[in-house]
Amino acid sequence: MSKLSSISRKVPQILRHGILACTGLFALLPFIWMVSLSLKPQEDIFAADFHLWPSQFSGVENYTAAFVSAPMLHFLANGIFVCAAIFLVQLIVCVPCAYALAKLRFCGKDTLFAAVLVGILIPPQALAIPHFIMLYLFGILNTYASLIVPWMISAFGIFLLRQFFRSIPDETLQAARLDGLGEFEIIWRIMLPMSTPAIAAFGIFSVVAHWNDLFWPLIAVRDQEISTPALGILLFRDDETGQSLGPLMAGSVIIVTPLLLAFLAAQRRFIDGMASTAAK
Amino acid sequence: MSTKTASARPAKRLGREERLAYGAIFPATLLLIALLFAPALAVAVVALTDWQLGATTLHFVGLENFKALFADPVFWTALKNTFLYVLIVVPGTVVLGLIVALLIEASPRLRGFYRAVHFLPVMSTMSAMAIVWGTMLHPTIGLVNRVLASIGIAGPNWLRDEQTALLTLAVIGIWQGFGFAMVLFVSGLKSIPQELYDAAAIDGADSIFERLRTVTLPMLGPVMMFVIVLTACRCFEVFDSVSVLTQGGPNYASEVLLHRLYTESFNYLRTGYGAALTVIYLTIIVCLTLGQTRIMERRVHYT
Repeated sequence: MSKLSSISRKVPQILRHGILACTGLFALLPFIWMVSLSLKPQEDIFAADFHLWPSQFSGVENYTAAFVSAPMLHFLANGIFVCAAIFLVQLIVCVPCAYALAKLRFCGKDTLFAAVLVGILIPPQALAIPHFIMLYLFGILNTYASLIVPWMISAFGIFLLRQFFRSIPDETLQAARLDGLGEFEIIWRIMLPMSTPAIAAFGIFSVVAHWNDLFWPLIAVRDQEISTPALGILLFRDDETGQSLGPLMAGSVIIVTPLLLAFLAAQRRFIDGMASTAAK
Repeated sequence: MSTKTASARPAKRLGREERLAYGAIFPATLLLIALLFAPALAVAVVALTDWQLGATTLHFVGLENFKALFADPVFWTALKNTFLYVLIVVPGTVVLGLIVALLIEASPRLRGFYRAVHFLPVMSTMSAMAIVWGTMLHPTIGLVNRVLASIGIAGPNWLRDEQTALLTLAVIGIWQGFGFAMVLFVSGLKSIPQELYDAAAIDGADSIFERLRTVTLPMLGPVMMFVIVLTACRCFEVFDSVSVLTQGGPNYASEVLLHRLYTESFNYLRTGYGAALTVIYLTIIVCLTLGQTRIMERRVHYT
């Protein structure tokens, strides 16, 4: 009897693992395939029969080819630089504004907040034409600036930080004022350290969006020199070496890995951050 | 800021506070106008002109661009395809995301592992993964057709066939998004109080499916709504996979709104036409988001 019930209790468990293994395989398959191909020589990829593991290991050749014929590390460095610059500027611009909206009284506050809410509604792709024209007039298309300037403001960032700042009690600010801290010192030395969860969520949201973005770099940038990873891999595909699948897959591994490693290192932060900012 | 200090020294305190506030909001307000509102207005204005990128002359042509747009069969194809894409990807993402979320939360075993595995596609750079999908769907050496061939089926050329191109892109869309839906459903499941399950058990709802029907699914209503709208918004923004894999082809079979917008505005440089398309696109997204806010508010009031 007890044995029977333990079996009947195990069936749902086995079913659970079975189904999750299937959906998990669906999620992982492109990654497995990508890594497998990146280790194979061209003949192996085109061979009539397929094996996951290469019959002849050419991982070194493929990755070398990817690194040598395209500036992969340069793409990654561009990605880091552009994402960091965007997030830094967004913080500098959004934090004081969010603080004013949360804690200060001034004329026009409701109008500004309404404007922020409307701003969240506008999908950034819809502004591509005027942004392009603007950067063209300034003569800074095809520069790092063209990748950063359109994203200097984040209406969503202001909203997110404002919501968090409101939860910080006024007494804390009052105490800081009594200690003789100026208002801007309060923002950067009291509010910011107390808002790490919100800042982290905003940072993850911002960096993931711009690291993976293809639409805007495709419009603003033509040069390999300033390409971000998402655009770089496409330029590599159109390149001669990228025509061979082995090096192309090796290049994809190089482009995809950094963000995935960051995610695996701080899973909880990433998942919570992405989920809490989804309300956009 | 307590009201007490403010009322004790109203004029002076408020004056200082206001000056501070204006200093704090100045950069953000300036950029909101320069980078969001003025451009949004500019799109609407450009849509009414015959302007082309680089041209020095500009004439107002009224609604000519919209007329040209509505007379263009490719626009209607793109619109139809986009809605079709939404109609496939949204249910697929929601159902798959919900099943995975329910299974992951059913037991603590390997919970973190499964969550990470299913979330990986969400974090991956789509342009690179689209290239990978392209090789998986290759008619002869691709994984999909190799597997099909091993059971005696000759698979089509997925991305070059008018019948399958959009469907294939939709599967890639589901692959990219269902992990995110899962995470949102998991947070929804966590907020369902245990007492409800206890009460359902007393009422005789013992089996898993009974509990699912009486407690879990009704309580997930608002999250469900949210996931649907969020996924729909992301579907309307589909661009990367189309641009990398099919460029809207073959014969516009996988052409979608955002890719159309990109091609017209930046490849053909038909700026006025592109701007008109943008206005339509903007209208759809805004209606969708506002509709969601409406429904969410109603739920808060009446449930």
